[in-house]
Amino acid sequence: MKKIKNILFVLCLLPLTAFAAGVEVKLDHAPIQTTDKLSLQRGAQTFVNYCLTCHSADYMRYNRLRDLGLSEKQISDNLIFTGQKPGGLMHTAMVKKEAKQWFGVPPPDLSVIARSRGADWLYTYLRQFYRDDSTATGWNNLVFDRAAMPHVFYQLQGEQLLKVEMVDDGHGGKHEAKKLELSKPGTLSKTEFDKQVADLVNYLVYLGEPAAAYRVQLGIVVMLFLFFMLGLAYALKHEYWRDVH
Amino acid sequence: MGKLMDWIDERLPVTAKWKLHLSEYYAPKNFNFWYYFGSLAMLVLVNQLLTGIFLTMNYKPDASLAFASVEYIMRDVDFGWLIRYMHSTGASMFFVVVYLHMFRGMMYGSYRKPRELLWLIGMMIFFVLMMLAFTGYILPWGQMSFWGAQVILSMVGAIPVIGEPLKDLIMGDYMLSDAALNRFFAYHVVTLPILLLTLVVVHVLALHEVGSNNPDGIEIKKNKDPKTGIPVDGIPFHPYYSVKDIVGVVGFLIVFFGIIFFAPEMGGYFLEYNNFVPANSLQTPDHIAPVWYFTPYYSMLRAATVNFLGIDAKLWGIILMGGSVAIFCLLPWLDRSPVKSIRYKGSYFKIALTLFVISVFVLGWLGTKTPTPLYTTLAQIFTVIYFAFFLLMPWYSKIDKTKPEPTRVSE
Repeated sequence: MKKIKNILFVLCLLPLTAFAAGVEVKLDHAPIQTTDKLSLQRGAQTFVNYCLTCHSADYMRYNRLRDLGLSEKQISDNLIFTGQKPGGLMHTAMVKKEAKQWFGVPPPDLSVIARSRGADWLYTYLRQFYRDDSTATGWNNLVFDRAAMPHVFYQLQGEQLLKVEMVDDGHGGKHEAKKLELSKPGTLSKTEFDKQVADLVNYLVYLGEPAAAYRVQLGIVVMLFLFFMLGLAYALKHEYWRDVH
Repeated sequence: MGKLMDWIDERLPVTAKWKLHLSEYYAPKNFNFWYYFGSLAMLVLVNQLLTGIFLTMNYKPDASLAFASVEYIMRDVDFGWLIRYMHSTGASMFFVVVYLHMFRGMMYGSYRKPRELLWLIGMMIFFVLMMLAFTGYILPWGQMSFWGAQVILSMVGAIPVIGEPLKDLIMGDYMLSDAALNRFFAYHVVTLPILLLTLVVVHVLALHEVGSNNPDGIEIKKNKDPKTGIPVDGIPFHPYYSVKDIVGVVGFLIVFFGIIFFAPEMGGYFLEYNNFVPANSLQTPDHIAPVWYFTPYYSMLRAATVNFLGIDAKLWGIILMGGSVAIFCLLPWLDRSPVKSIRYKGSYFKIALTLFVISVFVLGWLGTKTPTPLYTTLAQIFTVIYFAFFLLMPWYSKIDKTKPEPTRVSE
């Protein structure tokens, strides 16, 4: 037992003593606008059509999507394919145990994925899949090496191939530069596909904290009130302190 | 009304205590900006208690439900997100105000005689606060909750002789699990808050016994009006400071709610991104870092890299980390300066305090980073500076060129 504990401790500290092993890829900036309700609606559509097949959003209720300007009827008719009631949670149809057998790991819940990964990571990740025959799914990813997830958008984006070039690093040496090239076009152009992914990421950011928009609105009111209070409090203090020398 | 008060006062000295602690408690009239943080700490304490009660109503201390129940609070409970952010931001702001409160004490020598015990009680509060922050951080049961706890608990286990059984006792299991989560919940909502509240009451009682220090570091009780026996430089806490503190409170609330409404994660410093991933005992995160208020100590823990005097590096790290907090308790006896306040101390103390503050910030920053050989060396250098501030104090505070203290507080 003691040995296991010691090993555990070392394991905890190991990542701290060495550089994180992850591949450093420059992330693209996600062009999202969380106030754009149409973009969020399109993102929600992509989400239920593609993501929800394998991933869940177990902490999110369908009828919360009224935030996006949809009526409960619109939500039921267009976004619920799992037989859930509008008040139900966005569960996935996939059984966790089976998913684990198929992918090695069960697909993670996406409710707060934007809060842990960040919008830029998601935006880059979803656009950087490439063909790789050495992996189980036949796909690999520049941001997440050997991701268990296959490229679900390949019909839209097309297929990309990895090109490794040696480039000067400006200090007399050379280093590898990885680039993706489209080998088989999909049904969408690059701009259209980037837009669709941006809408999806926008939705994922909303999904991470549905109350965020209201939070900011309420915040402005609270700030105005507090600044008014500050003036009042200072005037009161000033009045009381007149006789202190 | 008067009769009712008389009736009560004969049975419970409400009026007498009100006078003793508020309307006839004489505080120095020259308190400056730094004197807001004591009352603000009290405000944050109340905030934590109140929001904590509402969180408890919906939180589930169960390893399989905890993470989801926090998200339930964030989404389905009316204003649950606000209550939760007030609590999580309150935790960080508690440390902000307490650190500033402690720094005030260090600048103006508030730990010196006759306030040694007041300082020690304050240190006990700080220690309980750290335990509260640690146990509270475990509750959402995210990756950082789990692995942060794993690191801290393995440190408890490294204490010679009693470490292992103590760790098992704290966790209620041989590993971090549901049983441990239940215990940490109990510590966080019952044991530690009761301890904290008691200590805060004792802290205030001790303060009112010896009286408040002030930016000049001189005793206002030495200069009393011969007729009334009231310190000539003292003013009643109520209404003067109660009214002044309202300004501090509103100013603080502007910052506090500014964070809550516009940046509740504070760029990953108040709520770490990795803690939005549910705890997974089989997947160690690439990078484990505590929340910002623990990062200086974490840096010192990691700065120990060599076995020394037959004690291995890990234990040295823990000794350094524990020592870095405990050494504050010795301050009243390390400071040999004839004056209390930085206003009348010489350049040695000013340089030492500046270096100390820089080392805290650098160590804090390093604690958020993945270590590299350079960072580790830096952490070692600044750990030495941190401890030198305390250990060399008897020497530099004695030979420092001080200015004479005034007899009355300055305007």
